[in-house]
Amino acid sequence: MRQIAIYGKGGIGKSTTTQNLVAALAEAGHKCMIIGCDPKADSTRLILNRKMQNTVMDMAREKGTVEDLDLEEVLLTGFKSIKCAESGGPEPGVGCAGRGVITAINFLEENGAYGDDTDFVFYDVLGDVVCGGFAMPIREGKAKEIYIVTSGEMMAMYAANNISRGILKYAQSGGVRLGGLICNSRKTDKEFELISELASKLGTQMIHFVPRDNEVQRAELRRKTVIDYAPDHAQADEYRQLAKKIADNKNFVIPTPITMDELEKLLMDYGIMEKEAVA
Amino acid sequence: MSANIKDTQRMIEEVLEAYPEKSKKDRAKHLAANDPTGQCSACQVKSNIKSRPGVMTVRGCAYAGAKGVVWGPVKDQITISHGPVGCGQYSWWSRRNYYNGQTGIDAFGTMHITTDFQEKNIVYGGDKGLDAAIKELHGLFPLGRGIGILSECPVGLIGDDIEAVSKRVAKEINIPIVPVRCEGFRGVSQSLGHHIANDTIRDYVLGKGTLEKTTPYDVNLIGDYNIGGDAWASRKILEEMGLRVIAQYTGDSTINEIGIATKAKLNLIHCYRSMNYICRHMEETYGIPWMEFNFFGPTKTIDSIRKIAAKFDEKIQKNAEAVIAKYQPLMDKVVEQYRPKLEGKKVMLYVGGLRPRHTIGAYEDLGMEVVASGYEFGHGDDYKRTYPEMKEGAVIMDDATLYELEEFTRRLKPDMVGSGIKEKYSYHKLGVPFRQMHSWDYSGPYHGFDGFPVFARDMDMTVNSPTWGLIRRKK
Repeated sequence: MRQIAIYGKGGIGKSTTTQNLVAALAEAGHKCMIIGCDPKADSTRLILNRKMQNTVMDMAREKGTVEDLDLEEVLLTGFKSIKCAESGGPEPGVGCAGRGVITAINFLEENGAYGDDTDFVFYDVLGDVVCGGFAMPIREGKAKEIYIVTSGEMMAMYAANNISRGILKYAQSGGVRLGGLICNSRKTDKEFELISELASKLGTQMIHFVPRDNEVQRAELRRKTVIDYAPDHAQADEYRQLAKKIADNKNFVIPTPITMDELEKLLMDYGIMEKEAVA
Repeated sequence: MSANIKDTQRMIEEVLEAYPEKSKKDRAKHLAANDPTGQCSACQVKSNIKSRPGVMTVRGCAYAGAKGVVWGPVKDQITISHGPVGCGQYSWWSRRNYYNGQTGIDAFGTMHITTDFQEKNIVYGGDKGLDAAIKELHGLFPLGRGIGILSECPVGLIGDDIEAVSKRVAKEINIPIVPVRCEGFRGVSQSLGHHIANDTIRDYVLGKGTLEKTTPYDVNLIGDYNIGGDAWASRKILEEMGLRVIAQYTGDSTINEIGIATKAKLNLIHCYRSMNYICRHMEETYGIPWMEFNFFGPTKTIDSIRKIAAKFDEKIQKNAEAVIAKYQPLMDKVVEQYRPKLEGKKVMLYVGGLRPRHTIGAYEDLGMEVVASGYEFGHGDDYKRTYPEMKEGAVIMDDATLYELEEFTRRLKPDMVGSGIKEKYSYHKLGVPFRQMHSWDYSGPYHGFDGFPVFARDMDMTVNSPTWGLIRRKK
């Protein structure tokens, strides 16, 4: 069983990319599971064709304690038998969503949610690694592989570099490794070259360049992945390629994060950032 | 520099020798030989700094200071320990703050009330549960005059808005609801908890009580928590002097009392460390002067009575002399009975608040000498008040560790050690007579003329108990 965590800047398309990728893996015959680690609980919507109603924390709140929960209540099955669970958590501005992630993952683990027959477990984690709770999936004994979703936008690259710093910390204490950057294209200038270069600076690879295509949005509106909604569309093949590359990936590294100056230099070298604008 | 000071400094250096370099350097700043003149700069200890990691400090936390010390004794306030169950459970009724009242009717001190946080409260926040708890408590105990919300650590970590809950619900049920942000991780010791609690008294209760009439002799008794009945003994003296105590802070006190304190003519403060903040505030805002006094042992008590009386008219001064004349013979008898058994005995103290300096006079009345004294959470102003009370070359300790206490005990060979519950049993094992001086070892009162005979008896019973001779001493 491979446990994989997907990180990246908020709004970059982690959940969409993860679900399309997992749908493609499932289509190829792999047994997969997705654990949403975001209080918004929208990491499994395209697999279940509806928003998950029974998140671990919501159910725990209803029943009193997490110990009163049954696994069947929070572990649902969607497209191609993909198992889905969501940590859930508070609305913005109250409580501690990070603790929710910790509690939910512990519950799933203790109750044997990861069956022996599972090939891939994916953790779809909220935005940046803001606190210990959101680092939970990459702590000891959990995800050993990480993929960072990014684009050619400066802030997405900045976040990718920051997340690499987090991975570095856990790589030294645990066994977590970076598997690569997934470029979810925003059609910025020289995006392919830029992210390839960032990947090499971080000591890793750009595992796949996912082009921008509105078919993704059309499928999303119908609460489906592209694999499910338009299996013959070219975009579906992009996700199949990504899935195959991840399934076959052997390139796992301890990342080498760069400084802010180096990041800015990169943007200048590729002509994205004007020299005088920096000065 | 005198020989006494040099000898003590040498002894401190010896004790410090066991530490690694960094710890030695750090701890050296907290230990000194006493210079009563305060002139010797090497004799000033550093204080109110974070304890060195790894040493066995006996300090508490901000919650302990706010809940255990300041707010806990207010008898008609319902005090909620807001957070998981442990903080409230293990601080439940441990300070023996006596009061008169009917539990569940007009007194709630013996109750342990907690919002009992579970995972769901951490993840989704505890505000809704707090709201429900306050309303439920008000329904169960409608005569409770106030509700205190004493924050435990997780409340601060998850950023719950307890102030908003307090404000909203207080409007609905029309009693003061006091949110106290005393999360244990704040500050370096319980001392910040006292300050935070004082600030909430100022913001939520002070100036809001009702008092029908005032007199020129109205005073507040501040910084007396009525441990074993201490405040009652102190109040008795003040009343016999002709003064009217309108508020006790906070032993055996009520929310209304806390509120009317602004109507007093003078604040009399016993425990300076825990309540100087509110005295300074009342001075600045209401023009009420404050003075420190000491009701431990007849010498200091009589001295304080005269100093207090000097702030009032001749009538009070005459009363004061009459009070002294009445009790002096009784105190002389106590001294006559116990002094021969305690004369020349050496005492080592390591406590908190006011005791490291205020009890010295009481020991001296019994012929005993305090050879070492220290504070768990004192500040510079506490030490400044302590130096003149002690002999040259005595040991002054700040935030002492158990190792240091043991080593000083071996070297100074005190006949008695007065410290807290955490130190008590290690001293029992050492076979050294020990008195738990935080809650008077389940005895008291020790304040005033009622307290001194109890104090003298207890010290005799401690020092001269044959039990100590039966303990197999550690070699």
